[in-house]
Amino acid sequence: MDVVVCVKQIPDPADPGELDPDTKTLKRDAKLILDESDSYGVEMALQLVDAAGSGEVRLVSMASGGETGGLRTALAMGAESAILVSDEALAGSDSLSTAKVLAAAIKRSNPDLILTATESSDGYTGTVPEQMAELLGLPSVTFGKEVSVDGGTATVKRQTESGYDVVECPLPAVVSVTAGVVEPRYPSFKGIMAAKNKPVEELDLAALEIDPSTVGWAGARQEITEIADAPAREAGEVIVDEGEAHERIMAFLDELKVL
Amino acid sequence: MGVSKIWVHGEASDGVVASITLELLAKARDLADSVEVVMAGDAESVAAELGNHGASVVHSIGSLDGGLAGPRIASAIAEACSQGSGPDVLLCGTTYDGRDVAGRLSAKIDAPVITNIVDLKEDGDRLIGHEPVFGGTKDVFTGFTVEGVAIFVVRPKSFVSEATGGGPASVADLQVGELGTTGSAVVKEQFVEESSGPRLDEANIVVSGGRGLGEPEKYEMIEKLASLVKGAPGASRAVVDAGWVPYSYQVGQTGKVVKPTVYLACGISGATQHLVGMKGSANIIAINKDEEAPIFGIADLGIVGDVHKVLPKLIEALEAKG
Repeated sequence: MDVVVCVKQIPDPADPGELDPDTKTLKRDAKLILDESDSYGVEMALQLVDAAGSGEVRLVSMASGGETGGLRTALAMGAESAILVSDEALAGSDSLSTAKVLAAAIKRSNPDLILTATESSDGYTGTVPEQMAELLGLPSVTFGKEVSVDGGTATVKRQTESGYDVVECPLPAVVSVTAGVVEPRYPSFKGIMAAKNKPVEELDLAALEIDPSTVGWAGARQEITEIADAPAREAGEVIVDEGEAHERIMAFLDELKVL
Repeated sequence: MGVSKIWVHGEASDGVVASITLELLAKARDLADSVEVVMAGDAESVAAELGNHGASVVHSIGSLDGGLAGPRIASAIAEACSQGSGPDVLLCGTTYDGRDVAGRLSAKIDAPVITNIVDLKEDGDRLIGHEPVFGGTKDVFTGFTVEGVAIFVVRPKSFVSEATGGGPASVADLQVGELGTTGSAVVKEQFVEESSGPRLDEANIVVSGGRGLGEPEKYEMIEKLASLVKGAPGASRAVVDAGWVPYSYQVGQTGKVVKPTVYLACGISGATQHLVGMKGSANIIAINKDEEAPIFGIADLGIVGDVHKVLPKLIEALEAKG
């Protein structure tokens, strides 16, 4: 079974970055890392291929500037190869543009299963998996918290408001997985060394036969009209616990009459 | 000028309309002349409640018969649009099905989506969505530059629901188009995870635990506290990722947005990803060892201390109070 995992390389969330006042997009000058949300999909894919006994895990990613740092992390975990779609015209891409590009790259690969995170940690639109599935003409199950594959069928425990649904879905399909679904492995030293030589195929929009006017700034068909500082929330009273802090909390709750 | 017709993606279970749907209806009424709902399931059973909240028509695609909502509702809306009877604006909630519907429709009719919206305002004949970014420190306002259905995905608790006293909405059948294989996922079984207290996003008090608890067994203190104050237990992404509690407990940008009367953060440092999900709370209490923790920057009452010392005493005091 071949699994494609869509992964995003993002600025380190510990260093959240800022908006460029001229272009009104995220400044992307920092080094990019693998979105932690995607490490669950990579781990899940490795486990599913392992359980199937054959096949491989491939990565598909998109970056306007050709960055590969985050991809190498996923390759070091055990993925075999990656396709990186990189093109200056991709700058400013919204979720639908992203889905168009990823879907075109996935089509070249013809996998049995496509795994994604539920949303990225920087843009968090959470619509790309469904948009991609529709563009590929595939069924999908989002918010999977457990995934197994038996022959041509995936069984997914899908998160719901009140619990979960057990959903069966014929392959090929798109499945998005929540964080915590599996424990992502740490790349071994051997894995990190091997990743340096694993193939990363870099494609531009022309190679995917995508019209540049349908993606990036042009394709987003939306404009930011204003960016403003949000009203700040003030810090209140801070006390150091000397053994009686619980009494202050009780008094606070009493004042609010919530007990 | 203004928007003439808004459709709200309706969600309901067992004859009860989801809060998010009523919240979206409240805002839609302010913005458009005509407010209608599109939904799957038993529309007749909720037509009165939807009408009472301002919907004039419920476009019903009927039973899902075990299928998933996303492709079916999106297909039905796309059909309506192709016949010229679709909406100017579609509002979906940031929910499991709401995002599916918005995503499927977006790709189906090649229309962009604006997500994570917490407010909407009129701008001529279009709407502008308001999205907080960078942990809520900046507000970004975005509008579409093309004609066609404007799809917005709106976060729960952005608006306050309010009944209007309107009569029942009329129910109209809406046809689902040809789905091909896109609709072939089937729900085999449904499980309800029992929880004795209120829902996380509806609770008056939320008690959340983070990495500062140290080990998964200590999360029991959070559940105990939540139960004593008749609140709901929540968690930071760090402990959800570590597998201590399920994803459904997660408060934050990638989890639930909560706005309780009291939010008690225990051993949570306050990563921006977490703050986005709880900074709308009316009162915030934080307990953390590190006096530099960002959570203290937004807490009304900050306790610099060890959760392992403070919480047992707090539990004892609450038990003594009965």
